[in-house]
Amino acid sequence: MIELDNVTFKWHKNDAKPTLNIPTLRIDKGEHIFLHGPSGVGKSTLLALLAGINTPSSGNIRILNRDLNTLSNTQRDVFRAENIGYIFQNFNLLPYLTPIENVTLGCEFSKSRKQKALQQTAEPKPSLQNEAIRLLTALGLSESYHSKDVASLSIGQQQRVAAARAFIGSPELIIADEPTSALDTANRENFIKLLFEQAKRANSTLVFVSHDETLKPLFNRAISLVSLQEQL
Amino acid sequence: MILTKLAYKSLLNRRASVLLTLFTIAISVMLLLSIERIRVDAKTSFSNTISGTDLIVGARTGDIQLLLSSVFRIGYANNGVSWQSYQYIAAQRGVKWSIPISLGDSHKGQAVLGTSRDYFTHYRFGKKQTLSFQQGHAFEHLNQVVLGSDVASRLGYTLGDNIVISHGMGNTSFHHHKDNPFTVIGILNATGTPVDKTLHIPLAAIDLIHGGSHSANNEHDEHDEHDEHDEHDEHDEHDEHDEHNNLIGEPSQITAFLMGFDSPLYTLQIRRNINQYKKEPLLAIMPTVTLKELWQMLAIVEKVLLLFSGVVILVSLLGMLTTLLANLNQRRRELAILRSVGARPWQLFTLISMESLFTTLLGCLVGCGLYYGVMLISSSYLQSHAGISVNIAMLSYYELTLIGVIMAAGFIIGLIPATRAYFYSLSDGMSIKT
Repeated sequence: MIELDNVTFKWHKNDAKPTLNIPTLRIDKGEHIFLHGPSGVGKSTLLALLAGINTPSSGNIRILNRDLNTLSNTQRDVFRAENIGYIFQNFNLLPYLTPIENVTLGCEFSKSRKQKALQQTAEPKPSLQNEAIRLLTALGLSESYHSKDVASLSIGQQQRVAAARAFIGSPELIIADEPTSALDTANRENFIKLLFEQAKRANSTLVFVSHDETLKPLFNRAISLVSLQEQL
Repeated sequence: MILTKLAYKSLLNRRASVLLTLFTIAISVMLLLSIERIRVDAKTSFSNTISGTDLIVGARTGDIQLLLSSVFRIGYANNGVSWQSYQYIAAQRGVKWSIPISLGDSHKGQAVLGTSRDYFTHYRFGKKQTLSFQQGHAFEHLNQVVLGSDVASRLGYTLGDNIVISHGMGNTSFHHHKDNPFTVIGILNATGTPVDKTLHIPLAAIDLIHGGSHSANNEHDEHDEHDEHDEHDEHDEHDEHDEHNNLIGEPSQITAFLMGFDSPLYTLQIRRNINQYKKEPLLAIMPTVTLKELWQMLAIVEKVLLLFSGVVILVSLLGMLTTLLANLNQRRRELAILRSVGARPWQLFTLISMESLFTTLLGCLVGCGLYYGVMLISSSYLQSHAGISVNIAMLSYYELTLIGVIMAAGFIIGLIPATRAYFYSLSDGMSIKT
C-alpha cells in the first residue's frame, strides 16, 4: 500500500541536514496507523510527501503500486484527487458552501470518486447528495445542520464535515492531520471510532497523525516518527 | 458546471466588494455612454439649430460671423442689408419664401428679433420642425411680442404682460422707451435653439423703438426699373395684406434675411448672384454648410469629451484590477482548498477569469440601465437648458462596440489575477493556518 525507501526531504537544496530522513516504512492496505511524534519532527512534511504535495529530495515513495516520483504534477493532482482523502488540521472548508456541498466538492473534480460515491448509496436512490447525507449522519452531524452555513457550525461539527469530505467516494488512503487537537478527550475518542467505522466500510487505509500519545491504544499499530528516523 | 456554481457562490459570499466593483464599472459605462451620446447629440442639435433654410443673406462679413450673428445672436452685424436689395432678391425666380430679420436690440439681456409673420411658418429647426405656440399666437399688431420659451420662464412673463424693449444689446440701457410697451401675445414651445432666448416683434416695430418712422421712404434715391416692378407687385397685393404690410413696414435696413427655394439648383445660382451683387456688398451662406465648419472649429471640445470618457473607463478598469488582486490575496486559502479537493490549476484560472468576466458583464448591463435612466431623467433638462435634444434610442453600433471593448478589457484584466491563481502552488495554500 505505502512503501517508503531511503526517503529524504530538504526544503532547500543547500540545507545541510534533511528535514526528514526515513530509511524504510511499510503500511499495508486497511491498516489504521497512529503516527506520532513531538512538534517539529516532520509529521506534516511526511504527510505532504504521502499526499504528493511535495516530492522527496531522494528515495522512493510508492503508493498503491504507483511510484509518485515518476508522476508529473498533473498526474499527481489526478492521483491525489482520486485516491487520497485528506482531513486537515484546520478543516479547510469553503465558508460559502453548505456542509453537503463541501462534502460533495471532491466528487465534482474526480469522476472515479463520483462513481464510487454513487455505488455506496443504494437508498433512497444513488446521488452524491444522499451519500453526503449518509456520511455526515454516520459521522455524527445531525441532519438539521446539513444545509446550514458552514461558518455557523461549531469546531466539532466542522470537523465532521471535513471528515465526510475525505471519506466520500471511498478513497484508498485517508490522511488525517491532527484533526482532534481542538476536541476534548471524550469527543476525541468518539470521533476516532466513527472514523474507524467509515474507514472499515470504505476499506480505506487510515494514517492518523497526532502528537497526543493518549490516543495510541485506540489504533492497531503506532509508528513513532522519531524512532523511524533513528533507524539509521 | 461546478465552476459556474462555485464562481456564483463565491461572488455572493464577497458581495460587498463585488458590488462595489460592479458599480464602479456600471457608473463608468454609464458615464462613457452618456458623454458619448451627448457628444453625438450636441453635434446633431448644433447642426439642427436651423434647418430648412437654404440661404442666409447679410452684409458682407465672414461666413461664420454671419451665422453667429443671425442664428446664434452672438456678436453683432455692423452693417445691414438695404431694404431695396432685400426686396430685389426676394422677388427672384425660384424664391419660395424669404424672412427679413432685424437684430440689435435687447430686453433684459435677451435678444429682440424684428421679423415678419412668415417667420413663424417658415422657420425650421431640428428635423425640419416648425415653431409652435405653447400659448397664444403670432403677433398681429405693432405693439405685440412673441416670447421664446426661455424668455417667458426665466423672466416670468405670461400672456397679456406689458414689457418695454430698449435700444441696444446691453442689459442696462440708457434709452428705455416707456412710451412703447409691448404686449405678450404668444409664447413659443421650447426648441433647444437660440429661438428660446429671443423676443420676436414685428419688423416695423424695430423702427418705432428707434424713434424713426418710415424713414426708409425718404432714403430711396435709386428707383431703377426693377424696384418699380417690385413696388407694383406689392401694390397689387396691398389690399389683402394691409395689416401684414404694416407689420413689416419699410425699414431702411435689416440685419439679414433667410430664404427658402423651390429647388436646390436655385440655391446655388442665387447664392452666386448675391455674392457678386454689385450694388451692395452682400454675403449669402448656406447654414448647414457653415454650421459644419463652425463645428469643426469646436472639434477640440469633442476630443476633450472623448478623452474624458477614455480616462473614466481606464480608471474603473484599474479599480477592478486592484480589487481583484486584493481579493485574490484573501482568497489564497479558498483556492488552495479547491486545489486540495482536486481542482486543477487551469480550473482555478477559469474560475477567476469567469468571475471577472461575469462582474464586467453585469457591470456593463447595470451601466446601460443607469444610462437609460439618466437619459430619461435629464433629456428634458438638456433640451431646455443646454439646447441638446437627446435621442433616447437603442444603443448604436458604435456604442455597442464601446461596450464590447470594455468587456474585452475587463476580461483581459481578469486574466492577470487568474494567471497568478494558476501558479499558486498547492503546498503554499495547504500550509496557511486558520
